[in-house]
Amino acid sequence: MSTTGTTYAIQAEGLTKRFGAFIAVNAISFQVGQGEIFGFLGANGAGKTTAMRMLCGLSRPSAGQARVAGFDVRTQTEDIKRNIGYMSQKFSLYEDLTVTENIDFFAGIYGLPKERIRRQRDELIGKLGLGKEADKLVGGLPLGWKQKLAFSVAVFHGPRIVFLDEPTGGVDPVTRRQFWDLIYEATGQGITVFVTTHYLDEAEYCDRVSIMVDGRIAALDTPAALKEQFSTDSMDAVFYQLARGARRGDA
Amino acid sequence: MKTHTPQGRRGPAQAGQLLSFVRKEFYHVLRDRKTLLILFGMPVVQVLLFGFVLSNEVKDTRIVVVDQAKDEASRQLIDKIDASRYFTVVRDQVPPSRITDAFRSGDIKAALVIPSGFERKLVREGSNTVQILTDATDINLSNTIESYLRAIISDYAREARFTGPMPYAIVPEMRMLYNPELRGAPNFVPGVMAMVLMLVCVMMTAVAIVKEKELGTMEVLLVSPMKPALVILAKAIPYLLLSVINLLAILALSVTVLDLPIRGSLPLLLGESTLFITTCLTLGILISIVTESQQAAMFASLIGMLLPTVILSGFMFPIEDMPVALQVLANVVPSKWYYTIVKDVMIKGAGFSAIWRETAVLLGMTLFLFVLCLRKFKIRLA
Repeated sequence: MSTTGTTYAIQAEGLTKRFGAFIAVNAISFQVGQGEIFGFLGANGAGKTTAMRMLCGLSRPSAGQARVAGFDVRTQTEDIKRNIGYMSQKFSLYEDLTVTENIDFFAGIYGLPKERIRRQRDELIGKLGLGKEADKLVGGLPLGWKQKLAFSVAVFHGPRIVFLDEPTGGVDPVTRRQFWDLIYEATGQGITVFVTTHYLDEAEYCDRVSIMVDGRIAALDTPAALKEQFSTDSMDAVFYQLARGARRGDA
Repeated sequence: MKTHTPQGRRGPAQAGQLLSFVRKEFYHVLRDRKTLLILFGMPVVQVLLFGFVLSNEVKDTRIVVVDQAKDEASRQLIDKIDASRYFTVVRDQVPPSRITDAFRSGDIKAALVIPSGFERKLVREGSNTVQILTDATDINLSNTIESYLRAIISDYAREARFTGPMPYAIVPEMRMLYNPELRGAPNFVPGVMAMVLMLVCVMMTAVAIVKEKELGTMEVLLVSPMKPALVILAKAIPYLLLSVINLLAILALSVTVLDLPIRGSLPLLLGESTLFITTCLTLGILISIVTESQQAAMFASLIGMLLPTVILSGFMFPIEDMPVALQVLANVVPSKWYYTIVKDVMIKGAGFSAIWRETAVLLGMTLFLFVLCLRKFKIRLA
């Protein structure tokens, strides 16, 4: 696959989205390296989701450029979709389908061959320890398991980049930690992870973190460097100092 | 649209995607017991309710006979009416002046007046007239009573043997009380068909698609390489199949249980129905594109489609009697055209030449809705 001379998984240059007079995302620029875990932080309404939708090819930028997996978000959305995985803020599996049926369905719409689906599905069910639950409806599983399954389904087709939109909402820190073990395992296989979150303990797990305020990227660095820059020892304090100046409220 | 995948892989891959999707959609439908019950229970119950239960009410209807003749012929006629399972003759003598009271109190549903000198005139002139009075506040019942009484009376006229010229003719002279213009009883089977297809295709399709938006799974689907149009198509296919099953069930019920034969061509009827189903599905998809919640979709379907279908399709209320504004409005309701088509083909046995205009209108509506869908869908994605 031609990546036209770039080694970045994601590359954004002045990426902007306007809705009428409202500028949801205001000329953001950043690069995400291959295999990196990139945290995308910001208060509600800061523009995280809009930025992510543009990168996934769901929303057309009003201005600026972005390449995802080497493909242009304006003209090559089909190629982008084939190379990314996505797990949404809201729960993204079907509760009235069994574990097996969910896996088969999502693998099916990515056009994977049957043989590969069967082999990989059995492996996955074994790895997640869902052997007994394989033929039970997903609706009956604990939330933590659902989220782990949803993540595994999002990377099932072997994408180069996976986008996670607040993936761990509503679960306890221990389950969150287990979820992150899955993320580390994925990056070990070379998958790039782009994750939005508002849990600041999760920010610590990322290689680099960007913090959005009012549609702009207010800070971008490793968690350690950010803490040093704002002379504090917690991401909480970093986030608070930046978000304090926000004009867009938590409407 | 520009892509970098080698051609040739796309065709089979899309077929596989579609298959996975349709299978999943069937899981949804088949596991939702309540919806399934409504889906298949409703048409059966409606057909039976409209046809069977209502028409059965004519059994043992109390009828008063005012026999002013009291001769052999009138006695024979009364016995014949009493012997039928539809009527029970009230033997108590009711003076003609009290009949109105008996109707008002609901004691009787029908009355028959046999004029004096009945047999004499029948024998001498070969014909005579009796008067039937019915309570036409209930149109269906009144109509049914009338037709049963007519049948019994003309039967009697054919069988009666007296000296003199034969056969005799007894002309029942009808008077419909309380509703003298007596609108035609609705032919409910075409109406039920239009209503059920409308419910399944418009409402269920719209709700099923909007449900994915609400659950957040639509995002996941749109991020997948599956084409958005294919996603929508895959959602509509199961409902198309279910509608066809429902349609066949209604037809089978009306032919077997209700003895309502399909006079026209069955392939023509099925073809026209498929066209109407497509119209409805397109409408359901349009509603799903412009609404964001299941409630909104359901509301839009009910107000936008079901209500006009019930009121403006001609099924419950004759369109000719409506104010001009409503008559004009009725023209944009697809079920009005479908209802006419089904009535013409099924009941009157008409061929395509009689319904080409209606067919063209439905076709035009479908195309219009389809273009609208495509445009709205593109706007949403931008």
